[in-house]
Amino acid sequence: MATGIKDKVAIIGMGCSKFGERWEADADDLMVEAFDECIKDAGIDRKQIQAAWLATAIEEIHVGKGGIPLAFSLRLPYIPVTRVENFCASGSEALRGAVYAVAAGACDIALALGVEKLKDTGYGGLPQRSRGVLNSMWWANYSAPGSFAQLAAAYRAKHGVAQEDLKRAMAHISVKSHDNGARNPKAHLQKRITMDSVLQAPMVAEPLGLFDCCGVSDGAACAIVTTPEIARGLGKKDLITVKALQLSVSNGVEAAHNSWDGSYFMTARIASKRAYEEAGIRNPREEISLAEVHDCFSVTELVTMEDLFLSPEGGGVKDVLDGFYDSTGGLPCQIDGGLKCFGHPIGASGLRMMYEMYLQLQGRAGPRQVKDPVLGLTHNLGGAPHQNVCSVAIVGRQGA
Amino acid sequence: MIGITAFGAYVPRLRLSRKSIVDANAWASPGLRSQGKGERAICNWDEDSVTMAVEAARDCLADHDRSAVASVNLASTSLPFEDRLNAGIVAQALNLGEDVETLDVTSSQRAATSGLLAALRTLAPNGRGPVLFVAADNRRTKAGGLQELTFGDGSAALLLGTRNVVAAFKGAHSVAVDFVDHYRGQNREYDYNWEERWIRDEGYMKIVPKAIAGALTASGVAASEISHFIMPCTLSRVVQSVAKRVGIPESSIRDNLHMSCGEAGTAHALIMLVDALQDAKPGDRILVASFGQGSDALVFEATDALPALSPRLGTKGYLARRKEETNYAKFLAFNNLVTREKGMRAELDNQTALTQLYRRRQMLLGLVGGRCTICGTRQFPKTNVCVNPNCGAFRSQEDELFAETPCRVLTWSADHLTYTMDPPAHYGMVQFEEGGRFLANFTDVDQGRVSVGMPMRMMFRIKDFDDIRGFRRYFWKAAPALNGRT
Repeated sequence: MATGIKDKVAIIGMGCSKFGERWEADADDLMVEAFDECIKDAGIDRKQIQAAWLATAIEEIHVGKGGIPLAFSLRLPYIPVTRVENFCASGSEALRGAVYAVAAGACDIALALGVEKLKDTGYGGLPQRSRGVLNSMWWANYSAPGSFAQLAAAYRAKHGVAQEDLKRAMAHISVKSHDNGARNPKAHLQKRITMDSVLQAPMVAEPLGLFDCCGVSDGAACAIVTTPEIARGLGKKDLITVKALQLSVSNGVEAAHNSWDGSYFMTARIASKRAYEEAGIRNPREEISLAEVHDCFSVTELVTMEDLFLSPEGGGVKDVLDGFYDSTGGLPCQIDGGLKCFGHPIGASGLRMMYEMYLQLQGRAGPRQVKDPVLGLTHNLGGAPHQNVCSVAIVGRQGA
Repeated sequence: MIGITAFGAYVPRLRLSRKSIVDANAWASPGLRSQGKGERAICNWDEDSVTMAVEAARDCLADHDRSAVASVNLASTSLPFEDRLNAGIVAQALNLGEDVETLDVTSSQRAATSGLLAALRTLAPNGRGPVLFVAADNRRTKAGGLQELTFGDGSAALLLGTRNVVAAFKGAHSVAVDFVDHYRGQNREYDYNWEERWIRDEGYMKIVPKAIAGALTASGVAASEISHFIMPCTLSRVVQSVAKRVGIPESSIRDNLHMSCGEAGTAHALIMLVDALQDAKPGDRILVASFGQGSDALVFEATDALPALSPRLGTKGYLARRKEETNYAKFLAFNNLVTREKGMRAELDNQTALTQLYRRRQMLLGLVGGRCTICGTRQFPKTNVCVNPNCGAFRSQEDELFAETPCRVLTWSADHLTYTMDPPAHYGMVQFEEGGRFLANFTDVDQGRVSVGMPMRMMFRIKDFDDIRGFRRYFWKAAPALNGRT
């Protein structure tokens, strides 16, 4: 009988590069920037890392395939390096690999690093790429904003929400994240925005305007994990441990079976339930201190609040407009600025979310610090509403 | 009895106002000013002769048994493939099965009538299964030319057979004359045209009457008995002069649909024939005459079975399904008559893996999905494992046709980011009433007019162009339903 991951693995070091249009930086530079902070934070020697996981998503315009790019950049001593790719949840997958390896006793200390260099395409938005020889022949020619925008029409139809109300809630989400991002020197976008500027922004994919969409940027983030025992042996106190790591992957029901109504993420509901069970959480709205969710688009964040059972079904709009997820609210969400302000260097995002949780739980988040957080949740989503992968991870203080 | 047992037509929804063409071009060709009346049908960016042929054939076949169709002929001078059987794409899209004869007929504005005549002749001796005869054209023209104003795009389809004939074939005559009024040489994009006055005097007026006279003799019908005279010609008064010369009453001349459609190449005679059949009463005699390096003339007589034919849109129905387009620049863009900045997103390589296309030809061209024989769930695509979460049976699915099933919009967006010839790109999840769904591209939709629950019908369209290799791939898109019809 599986006993779950709770408290079996501690995070002892994390690093995160400055995110943004890093015209001057190669992927190699970004990896080293994140790793340099991480290894100093962990206080170990590079040679103590026994295995590594590298998350990158779009190898065609990036570092290429395989584990070699990470091994080369850090000159890792011929250890196992595995490249993982699971759409936009790739960063969380790297962490899962490292954490599972330590929990299994296969190694003592493992590294998870995610990086993406997106700003070498010559145009804005995510890179165009083939979706496979069969898929490209029949899948709709959708973009990321267009696929997530599908949620809005279905959500409105299901809950009887007026377009203006939904737009206002979506705008509030973006305004809130920019408020948070303005306090984060590592964020790509550090300027506050107004409701008016969001509502009047040019349309990208109806009803998503420019400010309903996260940016596209370059960045890297990483974590070093080990067992709580080894961590204490290294002199670490007030450990941050992993409470839950769950992943749910669509199997085609949403895309092809008429049982799904198009207004929510089936995977997020399944993964979050499993995560709460793994972490021993009964009432997530009360027990979770902070959430970093995959706010690739404002509407994604809105429905995700319900999919994570933080807001009641159909209650997301009210909670958002009431400020429940603001930095001063009951459950601050995207306290670092989120994808909205960091942009979304795909392989790095899951680990970037975890980096903020790690800082907050240690009380090291500076001007963004929330008072005494105990449990932090990250939600890292990849794909499109009708077919996606969803990671839900929970970390917290040991003993919490 | 041999003849037409069913008919259908298709005219693209977009109608370019001639005024918009004239307004843009009169600076250089003031002579065009007098031609600025009415509108012409234009293909959407994702339509060509093959997709229009499929739609006309669907309209024609309606409730007819598709498995009985023995032959598919496609007549066109604007076939998308010079070497790949275009009629074969149509047959696959219609799911007619592999035991079917297929033929492309091309190279002349007479292709449709000559092909039709040949098909009718083959029916005579042994009464073999129905022939689906389809004609479609979207002829390329240079910007600002007279033909840009007179041409239109469209298609028509006739089912030919010996049972339940609605228009009996009475007789025909052809004349072959190498009269080169225009030509398009190999690897040339556009026609080269000679003087209209010569075409009128030495071409139409001398060649067509011979064919008509022969056809009347062959059919034993007097010219005065013709109540529907069909003769596509864009030159002024020529049809009236021909009618007068052969003795057909001027009142029998059919409208050439110039004001609403424009001349749709070799398909136009059949588009006009379908239009006439939609008006005809039992006993009406119909004469169709064409022109192109000679002339074909065919005589039909509407039968008592005509009123009983199931409803169809035909020429009239599709002409009524229209949206005016006044943006001439859009027409130029759709037809690659102007080099537009498409953005880097348009640079995606759309190479098609022909092996993959072949394996999934039923799915991709015929919109064939699956139905689980264990739980009955309809699903698209057909897969090895049933998608019903309460079933999950392995290898349980049999073929299920989706193309003619009504569906509705479940989710949608209008996307200004993704590359399309006609932004914003509309797409969304469409859900079939009898089960099954998929995220589909939309076509022929208007911005601001899409909503959840909107009834849709599937249409066969171009999905992507591969400009590097000269290939285009087809798939099905969702378009607004027509009066509850699919």
